[in-house]
Amino acid sequence: MSSKIKKNIPLIDQHDKNFMYGGKFGGNFIPETLKKPIDDLTKLFAKLRKEKKFLKERDYFFQTYVGAPTPFIKLENLTDHLGGAQIYAKVVSEAKGGAHKIYGATVHCMIAKRAGKKYVVGDTGAGYAGKMLSMAAKKFGLKCKIFMGAKDIKRQRPNVEAIRKNGAEIVPVTTGSQTLVDAVSECMRYWVSNCDTTHMCVGSTVGPNIFIKICAWSTAQISRELIKQVQEEFGMIPSKLKLINCVGGGSSAAGFWNEFIDTSAQFIGVEAGGPRNSKLHAAPLTNGSKIGILHGAAQYVIQDKEGQIGSTESISAGLDYPGISPLHCFLKDTKRAKYTSASDEEALRAYQLVSKLENISPSLEPSHAFAEAIKLAPKLKSSEVIIVNSCGDSLKDKDIIKQKLGSYNR
Amino acid sequence: MRSKIAEVFDNCKKIKRPALITYTVAGDNTKNNSLKILNKISKHADILELGFAHNTPIADGGQIQESSHRAIKNGIKLKDVFQIVKKFKKNNPNKPIILMGYFNLIYQNGENNFLKNCKASGVDGLIVVDLPYPENKIFANKCKKKSINFIQLLSPTTSKERIKKIIKDSHDMIYYISMLSTTGGKLKVSPKNILKNYNRIKRINPKKNLVIGFGITNKTISSLKSANGLVVGSLLCKTITNSLKMRQNPVTNLDKVVYNLKNKIL
Ligand SMILES: Cc1ncc(COP(=O)(O)O)c(C=O)c1O
Repeated sequence: MSSKIKKNIPLIDQHDKNFMYGGKFGGNFIPETLKKPIDDLTKLFAKLRKEKKFLKERDYFFQTYVGAPTPFIKLENLTDHLGGAQIYAKVVSEAKGGAHKIYGATVHCMIAKRAGKKYVVGDTGAGYAGKMLSMAAKKFGLKCKIFMGAKDIKRQRPNVEAIRKNGAEIVPVTTGSQTLVDAVSECMRYWVSNCDTTHMCVGSTVGPNIFIKICAWSTAQISRELIKQVQEEFGMIPSKLKLINCVGGGSSAAGFWNEFIDTSAQFIGVEAGGPRNSKLHAAPLTNGSKIGILHGAAQYVIQDKEGQIGSTESISAGLDYPGISPLHCFLKDTKRAKYTSASDEEALRAYQLVSKLENISPSLEPSHAFAEAIKLAPKLKSSEVIIVNSCGDSLKDKDIIKQKLGSYNR
Repeated sequence: MRSKIAEVFDNCKKIKRPALITYTVAGDNTKNNSLKILNKISKHADILELGFAHNTPIADGGQIQESSHRAIKNGIKLKDVFQIVKKFKKNNPNKPIILMGYFNLIYQNGENNFLKNCKASGVDGLIVVDLPYPENKIFANKCKKKSINFIQLLSPTTSKERIKKIIKDSHDMIYYISMLSTTGGKLKVSPKNILKNYNRIKRINPKKNLVIGFGITNKTISSLKSANGLVVGSLLCKTITNSLKMRQNPVTNLDKVVYNLKNKIL
């Protein structure tokens, strides 16, 4: 039985009473200790998202603090160079801090304040989720702790420095692959032990249901802005429109697509294919992984036959994750979105081309999305429109880019 | 018919001491040693919990993570875990064994298949860390039908109404988590306060066997001995880690540690 997307119901609310999307993705597979804090948070968020004052506050912070709207620009040179579809970018990297993670971080801090919590903790891979949470925590007067894999601490130095500068403590995670998957596990463990005093922020649309909801609801700001910008630019929503986004946990894609769910826009998610000759792809949707449970939710996840979670490899720390949001599993199953992957090399080449031709400098995560746009555009007519979510700034990747391409110019 | 788990509690109540429940990980530090460990410590312990290792455990502290890591590195698979149980049960048919782990391994094995394997090897009970009430209802019922105890967990954060419902749905043993912590945390609540909470739960249905776990060591075990049962896990995992570091035999060291624990609750 295949599930269907219901019209006029927000994507995040299309679950059953067990918080499962399409009857099989998501849920709350959590230790007993977290039942109550998660129930409390679920109730609080259900109340707040209907509360006028809270919504006004959110809009106020998004306007004055995050900076709304982020630019929507045509990539004239790239379009000319490729000769095909019109290519546009939603330059979300212009948001405060340089990536879409600011939306979830800001809303989580607002919720933490309402819940009377003094501490926030969060995970991070690329370092953006950590940077933004530490920044928002500072603004809202909360003490902040960030869990980050030791491997990522080394490869995302600029964001690590930013987190420290914001006065947050970084806890290096040295278990497993020392990347995002381990950081999320360790952060959840910390929350199990400290859920009475501490609010947890999950950096993407993964984890127990409430974290998926809060993250996607917050990040939907991207498409709330974009749908207006598209209507202004074209006078309507173009009939042949592709929205291309990278997917790690899936937060930027969920936020980028949310308001377009009931339109005819096509959604393409791009997972991390890893190094060309590697088998450790971080691409559970592209490669037909089986459903399993990771970090409290059922999802397509890279795992062995026994159910041990598999390791992944990607040049992009933000996409280097064996699981994927239950929301995207649902979008894939209902065929509302399509998923593919780009290799490390393709992402690097896309970065190189885009930053050479255009006045933007996407990080290695959105470079995966650009790689797909570059592949597709020449095959399409000039009446077709591609919009790429340029959801992160490359500065954090300067060491990797310098090493791989010889130089980093900015 | 009374389950072997229920019988253990009956017997312990008669002689007025708590049941001693150990937790070790199958395959730690080798498949063979983990069986030897069970054989040895079963002389002192009343119920044996045996972990089936998962590599992404969201509720385990460092000690058990290390044990799980060793077991997985040694190539432990569920079929080996069942083999260990089967071999152990051959010599110790009346000693209850409880398997403990995370739901994904059961899910991949297939719920029904997993339970069939449990039954065939002689598993008496199951603890599934990340399958809380009420999501666990269907699976818990399947267990009951196969006369396998599904052990529900309670925590200091569990509300009173919820506790009542969980107790009502419970089988022969309920597990009270002593504090807000992953496994292996330092006891951050006084034994007096733990027992206060414990007794509050106990009063709801005094007949139910309620055991306490998390943070219990040789230093704290005697102060909690009024409970129906006490679980010690991380201390045992740590003993294996330390034995390996000091190039000592983990089997004999574990035997000593469990013997000492037992003496503290007599
Ligand atoms: C810039 C950027 N893009 C994308 C991602 C991937 O996460 P998600 O799929 O949740 O947007 C990250 C994660 O750290 C990121 O920093």
